[in-house]
Amino acid sequence: MSAPAQTPPRTSEPVPSRSAARAIKRSSIKRDRFFPYALSAPAAFLELLIHIIPMLLGVWIAFLSLTQFSIANWVKAPFVGLQNFITALDPNGPIGSQFFDALGRTFIFTLLVVGIAWSLGIFAAVLLVSKFRSNGFFRTLFLVPYALPSYVTTIAWAFMFNQRDGMVNRFLVDDLGILDEGPFWLLGERSFFVMVVVAVWQFWPFAFLMLLAALQSIPNEVYEAASLDGASLWKQFTRITLPMIKHANVVLLLMLGLWVFNQFDIPYLLFGPVSPEESTLISPLIYQQSFNNWNFGVGGALSVVLLLALLVVSAFYIRLVMPKGKSIDD
Amino acid sequence: MSAPSFKGKLGRFAAITSIAALSLSGLAACSSGNSGSEEAGGTITYWASNQGSSISQDEKVLGESIKRFTDETGIKVELEVVPWADLYNRILTAVSSGEGPDVLNIGNTWASTLQASGAFVPWEGEAMEAVGGADKFVPAALATGGTVGEAPTSLPLYSMAYGLYYNTKMFEEAGIKEAPATWDEFLADAKKLTKDTDGDKNIDQYGFTLAGQRVANNAHAAFILGMQNGGELYTQDGKPDFTNDGVVAGVNDWVQLMGEEGVVSKSNAEINDGSVLPGELVDGNAAMFFDQAPGKSFKSADFKDYAMAPIPLKNADATGTEATKSLVAGINVSVFDNSDNKDAAIKFVNHLVSVDEQKKLNAAYTSLPSVTEAFDDPAFDTPESQAKKEILNDYAAPMPLFPSEGQMESLVGDAVGKLFARIAQGENVSEDDVRKALENAQKQMPAS
Amino acid sequence: MIETRGFRILRVFGLAFITLIIVLPLYVVLTTSIKPLKDVRGAFEWIPSEITLTPYLDIWTTVPLGKYFANSLIVTVTATILSVTIAILAAYALSRFDFRGARSFRLIVLSTQMFPGILFLLPLFLIFTQLERVVGIQLNGSYLGLIITYMTFSLPFSIWMLTGFFASMPKELEEAAMVDGLGRLGALVKVVLPVARPGIIAVSVYCFITSWSEVLFASVLTNADTRTLSIGLQAYASQTDVYWNQMMAASVVVSIPVLVGFLFAQRHLVAGLSSGAVK
Repeated sequence: MSAPAQTPPRTSEPVPSRSAARAIKRSSIKRDRFFPYALSAPAAFLELLIHIIPMLLGVWIAFLSLTQFSIANWVKAPFVGLQNFITALDPNGPIGSQFFDALGRTFIFTLLVVGIAWSLGIFAAVLLVSKFRSNGFFRTLFLVPYALPSYVTTIAWAFMFNQRDGMVNRFLVDDLGILDEGPFWLLGERSFFVMVVVAVWQFWPFAFLMLLAALQSIPNEVYEAASLDGASLWKQFTRITLPMIKHANVVLLLMLGLWVFNQFDIPYLLFGPVSPEESTLISPLIYQQSFNNWNFGVGGALSVVLLLALLVVSAFYIRLVMPKGKSIDD
Repeated sequence: MSAPSFKGKLGRFAAITSIAALSLSGLAACSSGNSGSEEAGGTITYWASNQGSSISQDEKVLGESIKRFTDETGIKVELEVVPWADLYNRILTAVSSGEGPDVLNIGNTWASTLQASGAFVPWEGEAMEAVGGADKFVPAALATGGTVGEAPTSLPLYSMAYGLYYNTKMFEEAGIKEAPATWDEFLADAKKLTKDTDGDKNIDQYGFTLAGQRVANNAHAAFILGMQNGGELYTQDGKPDFTNDGVVAGVNDWVQLMGEEGVVSKSNAEINDGSVLPGELVDGNAAMFFDQAPGKSFKSADFKDYAMAPIPLKNADATGTEATKSLVAGINVSVFDNSDNKDAAIKFVNHLVSVDEQKKLNAAYTSLPSVTEAFDDPAFDTPESQAKKEILNDYAAPMPLFPSEGQMESLVGDAVGKLFARIAQGENVSEDDVRKALENAQKQMPAS
Repeated sequence: MIETRGFRILRVFGLAFITLIIVLPLYVVLTTSIKPLKDVRGAFEWIPSEITLTPYLDIWTTVPLGKYFANSLIVTVTATILSVTIAILAAYALSRFDFRGARSFRLIVLSTQMFPGILFLLPLFLIFTQLERVVGIQLNGSYLGLIITYMTFSLPFSIWMLTGFFASMPKELEEAAMVDGLGRLGALVKVVLPVARPGIIAVSVYCFITSWSEVLFASVLTNADTRTLSIGLQAYASQTDVYWNQMMAASVVVSIPVLVGFLFAQRHLVAGLSSGAVK
């Protein structure tokens, strides 16, 4: 079906603007049909090539037995159906129990990190939203942990938490004297705590930035009216600020949540390719199975289950926070 | 006036994008490495492991060797020195993609695992003739080349053995006349050397130091000490067997050094880098450690008060496998089966295992040649080298030569590391706990 | 918020507390980078007893830092420019046109945010290899492979942000420009982009930071020639010793471009995210 091809009237007299706009619109219909596709094509192509197709291949690998025996000719690796999934998900088997442990642990990790990072972020954003001298300095300084490469700051933290020579133990034992012997931070239970600290330190500026931007759009008159009515600072915060940034919050929490949940770099840089039992997160676990043990089939199965879990949780989350009928960016 | 045509706009847009894409491929072409070319003699790519004190030092040493090769044969060699942290993964990607170097170094304990992939040239028949025949190699070294009964897919380049390195001054001060030869003597000496040297009621000198989180070191200790206690990590037909009494006893001996015996500082549980152990001796934190070739580290710290002895035996009269004092450690070299230039690659391997190169390279890396003629050369007759030679010839065995060896090392080494972590945090770990940990590791071995 | 006195006091303490947390590791990095190696190996000292600048000289020779730096720069800058360009085009299409597939496109792009990198690390590598064989362009171990990978990583967030940004801009601006005969693309470039500059800067900074710090894919997709800083920095822990002071010095050097860029962009960042975030 085609719209009549119309060209704008060739006259030298000024045309009334409404019909000019209509004319442009009509003549653009044909162009407009292809134009957006052309514009989106490069992005679509890249997403297909780098994200979608490899992901589909990754899902396919989960159904194969891909180990050092078959990796040289992976196209012909044997199909084993659901075997990998059974191995990966058997709660009594060693891998399955590790998986469910890691899943739960990663969930708690995400709640803690996102919760603390968000709290710090909103706190700093509230403090810095108004103009005052050295406002810009603080804003820049607070973004530094996010700007610095993760491999720099994580290694710095590992250095600080070293049991014998690190700064943290030096401070606790020698300077403050509250402990007799420096505890281990990178082994055992405390390693989880260290991971949380490092993750919060690196991610909170992102929350801060997004929240600051959102706060800036709240006009001051609203606050003025409220304080005239006698509302306390806290009430202003909960009744005005929070509801008005709800949309930004929803997106921020989702993004940050996914980012933290899938986190690989921080455990890898803190603990090496194998994390301590008490702090193994889901991505490092999958890495261990795939790249340490060369068992890509099982690693793939774990990844697929992880992906499904994330999709389900995200869908629930969006349904929960956005009322029906609205989309995520209305 | 007419609006510019849509086609024109799109066309311009397409043009810009294509130019961008073309220039990107140009960038790609500029930066691509290549394996195999059509020049006279050709070019091959060689991935070397990091054997020297730094990558630059490796590039220098190997660069000279390569120059000698190119001068002689006209074949060019593109060298890449790959850090240990990356090497295994890089090999994996090369195997899975079929795109990789022509020649590469591997840790010799990986030989069977890599052999199972089928991606490497088997050294038999013509290929073996081209490098001088199987007889020219030190038998113990050649045995590490692949699974028993199959043609090896890697040839030994540098041979190393574990030894007990100790601080001679500390030994003198403690009145210890000679290095311990049995495990009991070793424990006694270690206890003598564990003390408080500055009177602040805290122990600051320990008899022994180890890298608690270093998976490879732990796996090796499990192997050596397991053998000494009469247990092997695999059954004869290649099934993993980590829970037999010998292995459990051996691992228990190892972890109790930090536990019941208390001769290892708990801080060591966190160390995941074997290269810091020489430093512990130099700084006076510990008196002994097990290692393969720490000479370079001592040299760069200008430290001379050290000596080497074989790892002590559990049982003084042990013979056969129970007299294992080390694994046959070392670096092997392989050729990729889908190399474009196999002939040139094999020629290069021949160069690396030639008597001359063996002498030069092993001297530079303080390791032992894998070729008998070079092995017997007077240059490798220092007391330390002689001791290592004896160990390699008579008291060493290769790590298990089964395809799942790689996973075994990861799982066992990791299990031991976790035991150290528990001990360091104050838990009392018993032999039963050791058995359970090894059981858990064994369950995760792939069924194959 | 209305600034009461209580609020101001809270602000002073709050800012001081946060500043302390942020500065602590940075202080450790800086002081370690100027200590001689023997001081770094022992117990930690708050104030260095000896200061030396040789680590800053040594870092260039211990490891080919200059090459890694150049590689990171090439890859990151190219990826950022291209990624932002493509994101602008896609975002413009999504914000101005209601075309079939727009909704699914937007949803799919957003959902790729949740893919764990581990899932498609090996498959991506394998696909690149296949492409090399079929099309002949080298993707593994070349700048191209890494660039297009990084480009794609930043796309979802960038498209989402810019779509919101463009959507909040009145259409009248472009329509007026088109009446003047500019055409869609011209209107985009001449009218929309300048107004959207803060958003574009915000997205560029995000792309840059994400690519500059990426570790996992760089470890697999680079070789010695194209190795980036994220992998190269680990090389200061070689087989015989861990040069902590040099690693810290290199860390400082490596962080400078990002910080400098950040200083420039800081003003625009917040403004840029305002419209995008709220919408």
